[in-house]
Amino acid sequence: MRLIPTDEQKDLAESVRSFLAGTSPMARVREIAESPDSYDPDVWRRLTGELDLAALAVPESHGGAGAGHAEVAVVMEELGAALTPAPYLASAVLAVNVLLEAEAKDLLPDVAAGRTVATFAVPVPGGPALTADGDLLNGAAPRVLNGADADLILVAANADGGLGLFAVEPGAAGLTRTPLTTLDLTRPQATLTFDGTPARRVGPADATEAVSRALDLAAVALAAEQLGGLRHCLNTIVEYAKLRVQFGRYVGSFQGVKHKLADMHCTLEQAESIVRYAAWAADESPDELPLAAAFAQSYLGRAYFQVAKDHLLLHGGIGFTWEHDAHLYYKRAKSDELLLGPPRLHRARLAERLGLLG
Amino acid sequence: MTDLDEYGRSARAWLDANAADLPREPDLPTARAFMAQLYDAGYSGITWPAEYGGQGLTAAEERAFQQAARDVTLPVGVFGIGFGMCGPTLISIGTEEQKKRYVRPLLRGEEIWCQMFSEPGAGSDVASLQTRAVLDGDAWVVNGQKVWTSVARQADYGLLIARTNPDAVKHKGITMFIIDMHDPGVTVRPLRDMTGESHFNEIFFDDVRVAPDQIVGTVDEGWSAAVTTLLHERVSIGMGAARTERPASFAAVSAAARDRGILHEPGVVDQLIDLYLQERAFDLFNARLTQEVKAGIFPGARGSIAKLLLADLTLSSADIASEILGPDSVAYDDEGKIARALAWGPGMALGGGTNEIMRNIIGDRVLGLPREPQVDRGIPFRDLKVGTQTKEAGQ
Repeated sequence: MRLIPTDEQKDLAESVRSFLAGTSPMARVREIAESPDSYDPDVWRRLTGELDLAALAVPESHGGAGAGHAEVAVVMEELGAALTPAPYLASAVLAVNVLLEAEAKDLLPDVAAGRTVATFAVPVPGGPALTADGDLLNGAAPRVLNGADADLILVAANADGGLGLFAVEPGAAGLTRTPLTTLDLTRPQATLTFDGTPARRVGPADATEAVSRALDLAAVALAAEQLGGLRHCLNTIVEYAKLRVQFGRYVGSFQGVKHKLADMHCTLEQAESIVRYAAWAADESPDELPLAAAFAQSYLGRAYFQVAKDHLLLHGGIGFTWEHDAHLYYKRAKSDELLLGPPRLHRARLAERLGLLG
Repeated sequence: MTDLDEYGRSARAWLDANAADLPREPDLPTARAFMAQLYDAGYSGITWPAEYGGQGLTAAEERAFQQAARDVTLPVGVFGIGFGMCGPTLISIGTEEQKKRYVRPLLRGEEIWCQMFSEPGAGSDVASLQTRAVLDGDAWVVNGQKVWTSVARQADYGLLIARTNPDAVKHKGITMFIIDMHDPGVTVRPLRDMTGESHFNEIFFDDVRVAPDQIVGTVDEGWSAAVTTLLHERVSIGMGAARTERPASFAAVSAAARDRGILHEPGVVDQLIDLYLQERAFDLFNARLTQEVKAGIFPGARGSIAKLLLADLTLSSADIASEILGPDSVAYDDEGKIARALAWGPGMALGGGTNEIMRNIIGDRVLGLPREPQVDRGIPFRDLKVGTQTKEAGQ
């Protein structure tokens, strides 16, 4: 079990960090967030082109870079810290992993190269189901990441022989894409409805296992994003507590503030350990992945939101303004916590995988 | 095979031959005899300087030995304070004569050491200590009381900090002494704690005369040595935790809940998940810290994080276990593990620094936050309020 980053991973983190600082500073993040665009196509082109980040988890035989999920986690951590609006989670994590797990190889090279922005509609238990009648899809997929702008839409639908994985073209007949106005403006979602929409079935006859593993891998990647955001929030409020003076004292010298920050730091230390473990398991110990993924989401979802909330509150009134960035992280943290299902879903999965249910 | 592999292999062979049959909690003569054997074989004080009786090797050999000994329970408990705190303090600031006199017998288990810092009136604020040492002719005369001292009943020597200059400010005017625990003026009294047992002792000093050559460091400068000693303590408390038995572990409590057929009852699984998250998060943090140390990253004040998290885990795991297992938990009959864990929990959150002090350290030294204004700064010790005040004085 490896819990500290390799030198290569540190270098990767550093190069992504400096790239994002140069191309996607917070002023640019806000510009995108308040515009109709989902992301900056130039930044995406360079992220996937010169940095080749969408190909990290893809084997070289499929046109990828042959790195690993731990490297994807490194990238997600930096994107989460910078709050970069990019379809990385939708395309390079969700879509790539479901295509990899389903062995739908022909679609992989373009997605791995970033030429095609793909998304995968996360099936949430209890949500509306999609059904396939032959190669025609019916039903709805709510809250699909980059659903309005993706070039390739992947969905799981109940089909003959089990759960099928389907690829849908953006211009397919009977497909309606309705952009949503969401709490987190930096990561757009859309509701997709399918009315006899033609689709191509990809992957195995029953994709249940492939989808489940892809969601576990996404859970780990999302946990890394949550870690990056959590760390950013803590750094920001610690710095502010060293500058802000009230009652003639730096507010960070008050134990009411200091002790809360100390507890937040303890959360960060544990969160980082969990993410490193889960990312290691994703690459090196696949049997542990289901447990590690449910564990990571059960911990990180709450942890990031708590820290983001407290970091906003400890800023005082300025934290409630639109102008301050605190609310952007608060909103991302809440959205992330619910993205793959609410905490109770991850806790239930964890309980099941620990053998506590039945 | 590298020299290091060979070193580890020899250590393993020696341990197999000499440590395999040790009782889990050996009596004092057995423990002492084992330490002598360990020393004579070259495995005690591996990184300590050779001129004072250590082996003069590097941290790599130390790690190789620890790795070889990972499945063996060595009887080091009674020597822990000496090895972890007193010895390193002597090595770094003791006189040549002190190092020559004390280090080898310490490493060989011939002489046991304790540490006497805390007082009834000086808990979190140890520097407000009131035990006095006054120079009288050719010796310092010590009077006062210490508390929370481990292994004092077995100890031959102890490191004491006492006030030598009450006209100086609080952190100045303290001096560190080596005390002969067999001196007739030293009275050791077991302190019965809330578990009903006596893990610690109170120590009373009644005109104990100490020669000036038993001063560690410089007169009136004993505080900085004490600070280093305490930092060692926190790292060892938190990081040593992975090896200790946990009566209220997730594995134990979930197995008990399954045996009783109560997993389906409302809240049980939820509480078990809370326990799992907390325990596993702590273990992984500890494992990461250990990997960092091996990679040459010194944990420093981050040892306080491990200590704080362990204290919280110890308390809340016993709490959760008792809620799941119900009224049986309060009984000491049979094994009574949960009752014992409930009674022991607060000790973990108080010993080696309270949770509040740990949070101060994390805030000040890990996060670099501005310190609390010190109201006692610049005031001579004799003019300070210290300890617990009477109601009248406290107004």
